[in-house]
Amino acid sequence: MRIKQIYPTYRQTRCLHYSQSSLALSSAKEHSPLVGTKPVNTVTLIPGDGVGAELMGSVQMIFKQIGVPVQWEELFVSETSSSRSASLDDVLKSIRKNQVCLKGVISSGHGVSGVSGELETLNMKMRRALDLFAYVVHAKSIPGLLTRHNDLDFVVVREQLEGEYSALEHESVPGVVESLKIITRGRSERIAKFAFDYAIKHGRKKVTAVHKANIMKLGDGQFLQSCEEISELYPSIALETMIIDNCCMQLVSNPWQFDVMVMPNLYGNIVDNIAAGLVGGAGVVPGENYSEDYVIYEPGARHSFHEGVGRNIANPTAILLAASKMLAHLNLHHFSSALSSAVYEVFKSGKVRMRDMGGQATSIDFTKAILQAIRL
Amino acid sequence: MVIPQKAIDSVNKNKIGLKGPLATPVGKGHQSLNLALRKTFNLYANVRPCRSIEGYKTPYDDVDLVTIRENTEGEYSGIEHVIVDGVVQSIKLITEVASRRVAEFAFRYAVANGRKSVTAVHKANIMRMSDGLFLQCCREAAEKFPEVQFDEMYLDTVCLHMVQDPKKYDVLVMPNLYGDILSDLCAGLIGGLGVTPSGNIGENGAAIFESVHGTAPDIAGQDKANPTALLLSACMMLKHMGLGTYGSKIEKAAFEAIKNKETRTADLGGKATCSQFTDAVCRYVD
Repeated sequence: MRIKQIYPTYRQTRCLHYSQSSLALSSAKEHSPLVGTKPVNTVTLIPGDGVGAELMGSVQMIFKQIGVPVQWEELFVSETSSSRSASLDDVLKSIRKNQVCLKGVISSGHGVSGVSGELETLNMKMRRALDLFAYVVHAKSIPGLLTRHNDLDFVVVREQLEGEYSALEHESVPGVVESLKIITRGRSERIAKFAFDYAIKHGRKKVTAVHKANIMKLGDGQFLQSCEEISELYPSIALETMIIDNCCMQLVSNPWQFDVMVMPNLYGNIVDNIAAGLVGGAGVVPGENYSEDYVIYEPGARHSFHEGVGRNIANPTAILLAASKMLAHLNLHHFSSALSSAVYEVFKSGKVRMRDMGGQATSIDFTKAILQAIRL
Repeated sequence: MVIPQKAIDSVNKNKIGLKGPLATPVGKGHQSLNLALRKTFNLYANVRPCRSIEGYKTPYDDVDLVTIRENTEGEYSGIEHVIVDGVVQSIKLITEVASRRVAEFAFRYAVANGRKSVTAVHKANIMRMSDGLFLQCCREAAEKFPEVQFDEMYLDTVCLHMVQDPKKYDVLVMPNLYGDILSDLCAGLIGGLGVTPSGNIGENGAAIFESVHGTAPDIAGQDKANPTALLLSACMMLKHMGLGTYGSKIEKAAFEAIKNKETRTADLGGKATCSQFTDAVCRYVD
């Protein structure tokens, strides 16, 4: 049994979604309206590309109106407009100081060597520097938003530092490119443990490990093995394994079977997007990036929606739900639940509907409706 | 395990094959037999038409697309190494030759089958060199077929939109792994692998058509299996061989049989056994 070997390593690992009070806050203040009170928490704000700036506007507007004690440290970061962007060092410094960040989507651009001339994207650099190893997308159906599959509530946990996103590519011979996918035991164990810890904390019953070990026998085989070993530490949580292609098929035919899912990088990207599509699209799902010390909240499906820029049509739900999760993390539970309840109420009442709900409301209309629905 | 020489000789002689499912054990030592088949006969393109089946209701009614997947390289090169204990490297190989070949096939297929557009599916924002090369080959092939509309889309965007509005898509062409995943996703939209046909196209007119579901050892020998996938693959085969009229006739009969609950098999919510379904199809063909 390798339990004794694994456990000592993890004694030191703090998982951020455990720590209730890692940030110094006076919880007494959160119960009263705080207009005029000095803000206690500084959060890094990165609007991102595409509709990011507009959506951040929604968040900032609502926070200000209801008096959330959060101070923003705003940084413009972009890979495609790199000359105007803050340097990576400045971004890292800010996030390391504040420990919490709310961000829009940063586009990566493409083509051989992208825009920067490098193989590694700015997003990947950030994640690696901050060791943001886990990406969590909570796919939850919103009552009032009709989709083909309703009443869904599952969580996708994605390892986001290695796998296919290792940016190790070379042209060995002209016209022949090799791209390396790296899977390590250490990271596989870490993400598996994260998933099981998450399951315990949130009262979940089952973790499904998604892989392609029938083809990538060594790589995904290692991932699977790590999941199996870690699951032995959690006898109350069931482990199921599923091959990625079958998993996709199951997601569109019987998505209710899923509870918590854990997988390497690329499959995570695919499943995150399928999950978002199932519950209503990229505009309604929040995402969370975790390292042992930092959290970054962003829209779950990570699409910058360039086509929507300046048209006031982007759905602010995803970023607002992400902001709500951030507030809970900051121990501002009152504000957190007030915000998410308001979002759900607007969907349920169906009076103000955006394009993706078959209506005509603009982003601003929708934001205002949510603001009006907030009960503190 | 190696493919018997007799099998190789037979396919080389006849050029056309029809195949049932072959099992691949998870995480064991030897290479997949399915992969070996593809390499031996140089089956470079896997074609899976996915169309919603009238009579078999799924949450998705209006699917009518074709996934064309590069079948010989990419992530399925089978090249993996343990670099040091606990670190594994899997190599994804993308070559200009293979990418160009499948891209041009996709456009020729679109023209031959009256399809309007071809979309290249990739992740060149992340795998900049490899998928970048694939994308470049698709762009070059597109220029040779100006009558077909060409789009390019990220894999995650396709997945996101596929589960919301699949009728947006027509012909999709992509490297191996994405093709594997997307083609199964699309099969899920129309009812699963039990009803999805598949064809593998090789050079010089060689082709092997197959059902892509598993071997289902739990129901083997009980007359329960649904032969639709294999039957539709056979129809694809007939169309490939220029016997399209027969192919369409059988296809129509099969859809009629599925429409009727009495003659549908159990996996589709019906009451018929495998042989009852087959008899029904035979009756409808006449």
